[in-house]
Amino acid sequence: MIKPRPWLPIPLLSALLLVVWLLLVRSLAFGHLLLGGFLAIVIPLFTHRFWDVQPRVKRPWLLLRYAGRVLGDIIVANFQVAWLIINPWRRSRPHFVVYPLMLEERFTITLLASTISLTPGTVSANVRLDGKTLLIHSLDTQDEASLIEEIRERYERPLMEIYEADKLPLKEAETC
Amino acid sequence: MTTFVILEGIISLLLIAGGAFAFIGSLGMAHLRDFYMRLHGPTKATTMGIGCMLVASMLYFGVINHEPVVQEMLITLFLFITAPVSAHLLAKTGLHLKLPHADKTRGRPAELQPEEVGDKPVPHPTPDHAHITHEQRPLRR
Repeated sequence: MIKPRPWLPIPLLSALLLVVWLLLVRSLAFGHLLLGGFLAIVIPLFTHRFWDVQPRVKRPWLLLRYAGRVLGDIIVANFQVAWLIINPWRRSRPHFVVYPLMLEERFTITLLASTISLTPGTVSANVRLDGKTLLIHSLDTQDEASLIEEIRERYERPLMEIYEADKLPLKEAETC
Repeated sequence: MTTFVILEGIISLLLIAGGAFAFIGSLGMAHLRDFYMRLHGPTKATTMGIGCMLVASMLYFGVINHEPVVQEMLITLFLFITAPVSAHLLAKTGLHLKLPHADKTRGRPAELQPEEVGDKPVPHPTPDHAHITHEQRPLRR
């Protein structure tokens, strides 16, 4: 692992940018290497002050499982939403749901909000500034509690296991 | 030879499905009731539509032309990063502007409540030099 330097604040991002650039132009020519390297150094220098602290991934294999699950849910969600749109006798029941968060890091909350936006009939509308609740708009929900429970079990708990495993037992002890 | 025929069938199906999903997403944007419901069309169905087309493209160029398929993966990655963020920004803007929502929407978020302000504006204390009229005010260089 390369250490961060003043001219290379986020080495991982720089490496990723270089790789993505080379994949985009699909060539390994010297000129592209030079340009990609230049971009990989300049872009993090300009943007690193917007970056939050990245929490460490504690269990990477769980992250893979999570990604697979989200992908599957995206496909199911698409069919649901498409059916809701084209069904002429639809009775959609839109609902604003306030979701109480267990996660604490801003990065993981962002991840959860993105997941919610991509999956079943929900768009995360507002990540409130206090970092305790999330406002979700749902296209078709019968009752609020089951939606919250579903999101909690399906997405938030795995994310918590991946990123904030040390806080999990404490929280469970609180709720019990 | 038959494998290619089957493959072409799968690719065509994926392309048609992609087009259908993209169309349904746009249709949802056109005729759902309120702003917040319309947001669901482009975030879900359109993502799926483009995903189908990308898989078709990957199959076609990867298997038939034997080219590496990395650019489609990158498009997918960018799409999955940007779609939720733009949807969230749109939703946040809608909440900020207090756009009306359909009457049957349940749940009353604090963001859409009228702000608690008094009936009359709060009177400001009169400053000492308030009696100086506009003409008498010292000119500023």
